[in-house]
Amino acid sequence: MSQVAIRAKGLAKWFGEGEARTQALRDVDLEAYFGEMVYIVGPSGSGKTTLLSVLSGILKPNSGSVLVESVDIWSLGADDLADFRLNKIGFVFQDFHLFPRLNTAENVAIPLILKRKDWDESIHEAINYLEIVGLKGRAGLPPVKLSGGEQQRVAIARAMVSKPDILIMDEPTASLDGDTGNAILNFVHKNILNENRCIVVVTHDSRIYEFASRILHMEDGRLTGVEKSAV
Amino acid sequence: MKGILKLAYKLLVNDKAKFTALLIGITFAVYLMMFVTSMFVGVLNHASATVINIGASIWVMDPAVQTVSNTVGMPDYVLDAVRSMQGVKYAVPLYSGGALAKLPDGTYQSVNVIGLDDTSLLGRPELSLGKIEDIYAESAFIVVRDAEFKKLESPAVGSELELNDHRAVIVGIAQVATSGLYGTPTLYTTYERAAQYLPNPRYTISYVLVEPKSLADVQQIKQQVKALGYLALTKQEFMQRTADFFIYQTGGGTNILIMTVISFVVGLSISGQTFYTFILENLERFGALKAIGTKSRDLVGMILFQATFTAFTGYGLGVGLCSLLIWLARLRLPSYAAMLTYTNLAVGFFMVAVIAGVSSYVGVRRVLQIEPFDIFRG
Repeated sequence: MSQVAIRAKGLAKWFGEGEARTQALRDVDLEAYFGEMVYIVGPSGSGKTTLLSVLSGILKPNSGSVLVESVDIWSLGADDLADFRLNKIGFVFQDFHLFPRLNTAENVAIPLILKRKDWDESIHEAINYLEIVGLKGRAGLPPVKLSGGEQQRVAIARAMVSKPDILIMDEPTASLDGDTGNAILNFVHKNILNENRCIVVVTHDSRIYEFASRILHMEDGRLTGVEKSAV
Repeated sequence: MKGILKLAYKLLVNDKAKFTALLIGITFAVYLMMFVTSMFVGVLNHASATVINIGASIWVMDPAVQTVSNTVGMPDYVLDAVRSMQGVKYAVPLYSGGALAKLPDGTYQSVNVIGLDDTSLLGRPELSLGKIEDIYAESAFIVVRDAEFKKLESPAVGSELELNDHRAVIVGIAQVATSGLYGTPTLYTTYERAAQYLPNPRYTISYVLVEPKSLADVQQIKQQVKALGYLALTKQEFMQRTADFFIYQTGGGTNILIMTVISFVVGLSISGQTFYTFILENLERFGALKAIGTKSRDLVGMILFQATFTAFTGYGLGVGLCSLLIWLARLRLPSYAAMLTYTNLAVGFFMVAVIAGVSSYVGVRRVLQIEPFDIFRG
C-alpha cells in the first residue's frame, strides 16, 4: 500500500447562516495516496470544488481536519499555509489563469519567483519544464498566442515547476475539446504522475475517466461511492 | 523580493495602454503642480529683486512697508540713530523710487531708480560695461541690462535720457541677479542724485541698510530699531514679508493653492482610477497568485511597488517637462518669472507620494479582499 498523501476526516463546510445557509460538505472522509490519480466527480453543486479547495488549503472547513503528509494544514497560520501551498501543492485552474502580460516562460516561473529564487534561474528552470510539456519553442510568446491545449500545458508546467507532492486539477478539460483534453490527461498520467506524487482531479468529463486510479462520486456534499478505474 | 518586484514591474509595464495612461495622468498632474508653483515662486523672487540685488544683511524700514517696491520715506535721524546702535558695524541710506524717462524718440518710459549711498555705494551692481567710479560724474546713471533694457532703446555708455526733466547720462551697463516684477527698467545712481532727480517727499530715506558686527547682534539691532518705532528685517525676512504680501493680501496665494489642489485632485483621480481599473482587470490573477501561495505582504509589496514606480516615474517626467518648458520660455523671455526650487520639488514629491499611497491603498484593499476560493469557483 502506498503512503497516504492526504487524509481528510469529518469535513463539513457551509456558506451563509440561518435560512440562507448552504451545506457544501457533509462529514466527508477521504484518503488519497501517493502514486494515484484520484478523480472527484459529481453533478454541479455537489461540493467537488469546495472539497478540492478545503483539501488544498484554500478554504477553511467549518469542522474536520486535513492532514497532508501528517501535517494538519488547517492548524497552520496564514503565512505557513501560504508556504504550504507554494511548496507542496501545484494548481491547475479551470481557466488556466495565466498572466497575459507575461510570456510563457515567465508564467511558468512564477512559483519559483515567489519562492525567492533568482529571476534568471527561475526562467531557465521554467524553460526546462516547458520542454517537458513540449512547448520549449513557445517560451517567449504571450499565452494569448497559444491554443487552449497549449495554455493548459503551460498551466501544468507552472503547477509542476516547484516540484509539488500534490497536484490539484480543477476541471482540467473544461476549456478544451475532447481530443485535446484526452491528450492532456494522458500526458499528465504518463509524465507527471509517479509514486511520489498524488494527483487530485475534479471533473465532469467522463471521457477522461480512463486515466483515474480511483473515482470518488459526490452528491449533496457527501462522498457517495468509490469506483476503481481500469487503469 | 527582487524577483517579485520584477514580476510586479513586468505586470505593470507590459500593460502598455494602462501604464501609458497612468504615466500621462501623473505627468500632467505633476507638470501642472510644478508649473503653477514655480511660476508663483518666480513672481515672488522677482518681487524681491531689489532685496536680492542689493544684498544688504539688515533692512530698516517704516513698519507700513509690505514689499520692497512700496517704500515709505524715513527722516534722516533714523539713519543717525541706527548708526549709533549697539552691534551695528555700519549703516547707509538707500533710495528707491519711480521716475519717468523721456527717450530719444520722444516717448516716455517708467523707470525704477535706486540711489546708493554716495560714500560706500553699498549694493552696487556688477558692471559689464563702464567703471563704477563714473557714477560720481555729472548726471551719471548706470542702467541694468535685463529683459526691460530694450524699453530704454538699449542705451550704450554715453547715451543720454531725460529723467523727470533732468539730463541723465548712462555711464555703465550693469548685470543683476534678478529682474524686477513690474516690467520697468532699473537705473542706479547715487543717493544724493536720486533724491535730487525724483519727486521729493518730506522724508527721503527709503531704507537704511545695516551690516551687523556679528550675527549675534542681529536680534539686538532689531530690538533697538523697534524701540525707535521702525522695523528691521534680515534679507530673508524681508523677502518673506514681500512673499507673504503677495500670498495673503493679493489673492495670488489662494489662486495658486486652488490651482495646485486642482492639479493634485486631477492627478489623484486619473492615477487612482486607472490603477484601480488595472487592479480590477488583474484581480483573478492576483487571486491565482494567492492560491498558488503568495503571502499577503508580498502582494501588498507588489502593488505598492507598482503604484510607487508609476507615481515617481510620472513625477520625474512631470518635473522634466516643466523644466523644459521654463527653459524654452526663457529662450524668448530672459526674465520669465518661473523657477523650480527645492521647496516646490519637495511639495510635488509629497503630493505624488500621496497619490501613490492612495492608489496603492485602493488596490491593496481590493486584492486583500479576494478569496482564492473565488478562483476555483470561477
